[in-house]
Amino acid sequence: MEKTPQTEPRQSWTFSKDVNAEIRRAAATGIYDIRGGGAKRRVPHFDDLLFMGASMSRYPLEGYREKCDTSVTLGTRFAKKPIELKIPVTIAGMSFGSLSGPAKEALGRGATLAGTSTTTGDGGMTEEERGHSEKLVYQYLPSRYGMNPDDLRRADAIEIVVGQGAKPGGGGMLLGQKITERVAGMRDLPVGIDQRSACRHPDWTGPDDLEIKILEIREITNWEKPIYIKIGGARPYYDTALAVKSGADVVVLDGMQGGTAATQDVFIEHVGQPTLACIRPAVQALQDLGMHRKVQLVVSGGIRTGADVAKALALGADAVSIGTAALIALGDNDPKWESEYQKLGTTTGAYDDWHEGRDPAGITTQDPELMKRLDPVAAGRRLQNYLNVLTLECQTLARACGHNHVHNLEPEDLCALTMEAAAMAQVPLAGTNWYPGKPGF
Amino acid sequence: MTNTLDMTQTELRDINSTLQAAAKAQANAEYIITNPRGSHAMACGLDGPLDVTIQGSTGYYCAGMNKEATVTVKGSAGPGVAENMMSGTVTIEGDASQYAGATGHGGLLNIKGNASSRCGISMKGIDIVVHGNIGHMSAFMAQKGNLVVLGNAGDALGDSLYEARLFVRGTVKSLGADCIEKEMRPEHIEILKELLEKAGADAKPEEFKRYGSARKLYNFNIDHADEY
Amino acid sequence: MCGIVGLFLKKDELRPKLGDMLTDMLITMTDRGPDSAGIAIYGDETGGIKITVQSDTPETAFADLDADLCAVIDGPVTIKSISTHAVLTVPAGSEKAAIAFLEDKGLRIMGSGESMEIYKEIGLPKDVAARFNLREMGGSHGIGHTRMATESAVTTMGAHPFSTADDQCLVHNGSLSNHNQMRRVLAKKGVFTRSENDTEVGAAYISSRIADGATLGEALEGTLKDLDGFFTFVTGTKNGFGVVRDPIACKPAVMAETDDYVAFASEYRAFADLPGIDAARVWEPEPATVYFWER
Repeated sequence: MEKTPQTEPRQSWTFSKDVNAEIRRAAATGIYDIRGGGAKRRVPHFDDLLFMGASMSRYPLEGYREKCDTSVTLGTRFAKKPIELKIPVTIAGMSFGSLSGPAKEALGRGATLAGTSTTTGDGGMTEEERGHSEKLVYQYLPSRYGMNPDDLRRADAIEIVVGQGAKPGGGGMLLGQKITERVAGMRDLPVGIDQRSACRHPDWTGPDDLEIKILEIREITNWEKPIYIKIGGARPYYDTALAVKSGADVVVLDGMQGGTAATQDVFIEHVGQPTLACIRPAVQALQDLGMHRKVQLVVSGGIRTGADVAKALALGADAVSIGTAALIALGDNDPKWESEYQKLGTTTGAYDDWHEGRDPAGITTQDPELMKRLDPVAAGRRLQNYLNVLTLECQTLARACGHNHVHNLEPEDLCALTMEAAAMAQVPLAGTNWYPGKPGF
Repeated sequence: MTNTLDMTQTELRDINSTLQAAAKAQANAEYIITNPRGSHAMACGLDGPLDVTIQGSTGYYCAGMNKEATVTVKGSAGPGVAENMMSGTVTIEGDASQYAGATGHGGLLNIKGNASSRCGISMKGIDIVVHGNIGHMSAFMAQKGNLVVLGNAGDALGDSLYEARLFVRGTVKSLGADCIEKEMRPEHIEILKELLEKAGADAKPEEFKRYGSARKLYNFNIDHADEY
Repeated sequence: MCGIVGLFLKKDELRPKLGDMLTDMLITMTDRGPDSAGIAIYGDETGGIKITVQSDTPETAFADLDADLCAVIDGPVTIKSISTHAVLTVPAGSEKAAIAFLEDKGLRIMGSGESMEIYKEIGLPKDVAARFNLREMGGSHGIGHTRMATESAVTTMGAHPFSTADDQCLVHNGSLSNHNQMRRVLAKKGVFTRSENDTEVGAAYISSRIADGATLGEALEGTLKDLDGFFTFVTGTKNGFGVVRDPIACKPAVMAETDDYVAFASEYRAFADLPGIDAARVWEPEPATVYFWER
């Protein structure tokens, strides 16, 4: 007898394997998933843009011979001592505590060799970092861990963190495993407890108060240091305008792919706008206020290649900032630790439990044995190499578009591959002169 | 000798530069500032022994990040007075607005009148003595140091408290999450006695109750999830 | 995000000085709100209804406006024009028809009432004050506002105070987070707003509650339950003003009282020039507590 045809077992797209696993995990533990890193979902990104290059209507510059400048000055509005960088790529804020001392040292070494700045994080300034960073940006955060006027004065710039792309509107959570004696000491907390970071600053709320806070910081630092304001990609037009009105020298805008040391997965994946969608509204706000290029815009969140750098600059940024990419350059998620990632129930490239402090690569940990795995000199060199490649790639693209400075890249050098990217970046869909929302259509 | 600077004659930047240089010079100089008219960021960032008296009321962040200096406000202080103070003494003869002594690491903030909301928020080692009452959400996330209140405390005292000690003589409208009354032991009486003396407060340590962290939020426990 | 000032005089002999005192208070709040400024002033009652209108082309818009309006509502009309604003006084009862006519002519309605006049424009507070001669204005009480725009445009209509009923107005420091939803709820009831501004929704909410029979105090209590976000509100009425802060109460607020006046401001700085301030009772309003002063 012929067998009756059967339906194939069919998995639900809505209740997929991943979704069901997360439901079971939540049911078993009763706590949301906390992890590090940025959004992992696919969102429209710089990959969906292309440079058009010069041909007949424009003339390209000769590679290696004809100069294409990459220098950037940040903080020209009010600060007596603006920051001069050789390259348009900086290292984003990452805390000592979430990162080990040697990792902070490596970031300082690599950035200094490449001619750019590094940034402290939620946990204060360390000697490793200050000593090895020629230019160091001191983050001023809601928690104020380790915050003191001496470090404020020996910083080269001050970054007031209002939000970050991974979690606009949220605070953080560093689990007890990483609160070692040194970390606890710097944060004035008991050893081994979960550390909750606040989402708002303790002594001001809103841009009208922030303006006064900035006045105080400038008074304490003799009006020398550039004041950056870091915002998460939430409502970039208004947030950028208000940062300018509060008195920022520099606006740092972090899109949703920007990473974090530790926060709720639901926050990372469901709050904020893609980096690509944030830039044009922010630039528009600066232009409307007559402040584009006067208040510098630094964009971060998912910058990986020189093409990403060039595209962000073409959309109007003055510089970009990297965090996750810098950690990978140091050796984070390296395949050489695959067997150890497996033991932790993960795999190379997917490891994101940075808050647990068991990083096989010795970067996001406070475990003295694991920390030894990172040689800060060699890792710093890798970061320098990577920063140089980003710069060379960005320069190559700028020359191809006929520019003698990377800041002369403009939206008109770009076209978009998808409707989404065209709408978000406000550059025409390839082969057309149209993008969704373009006035007059 | 005492120097006098008049806020109606001299810019804030010049006043602060003068004070900051005098503090740095370690000469124990004395300064009087007249006509403050609620100005912001007065006498902030002092780094050395200096005696500053402000003849009137100040705006935001007076004596912010103070180190070693003695600053006296002969009036009321606006939001964030002595924020992130490291050491020294700041005295407010009138009332203090919200966030008094926020994130302070050390020194003594002595408020002769009342302090409003969020007094001692996120404090990290500072001692704060308030002779009057304090407002709601005071000592929120307070990590270290002592907050002494001769009057009453408002709502949600010590919410999400870490290891700071809170001493209140009057009533507490409500305690915040994870804040509980604790036993007053001899060592606490000692600490309190010394602070009351330093602040020139007319009160006996035995009249106070001590509040501190129940430490239930220190490591995540599903049964305390409603406290988050 | 903004600066607020308010002044309520207890003594009639001070009435001529109201504008002068309030103007100094307003200008000290420039840093908190450099985008636009406005003032509601409760002055002399004339027996009629005063309608304050604004036009970007006042020379043409205000020419013969009183005569044109008079023809429509059939009653005496007077006009006082100052810069971009004009105050038209019409007989009580004809106000609705007058406002419809004025709106039809493309004029922007700032507010109306027996005693309230509203003046607001974009620009620095000192320039706005000079443009309208605020210093010369007398009255029993007034409230003022300097604006740093958050999420709606920097326009005349986006400036505070907002008036959504006769002799009522509202200024706000903070940012509401459910104003879009509340705007829809109010629209269903037939209460409409003229701008995209969150504060105007707050004003409309209060007016709508009062129209439904609530007292000013009850309407302000209602904001604590029905409006979400951060706010310090000061609301003006014909007889006085009220103050309320949200339960979190992060936005600053300070008050001062002497035998002569009650003053409100976002910062103490605004009080520095008030007579007798050194001896005044100065305090901060408690969160989620309604205060008001009425004659």
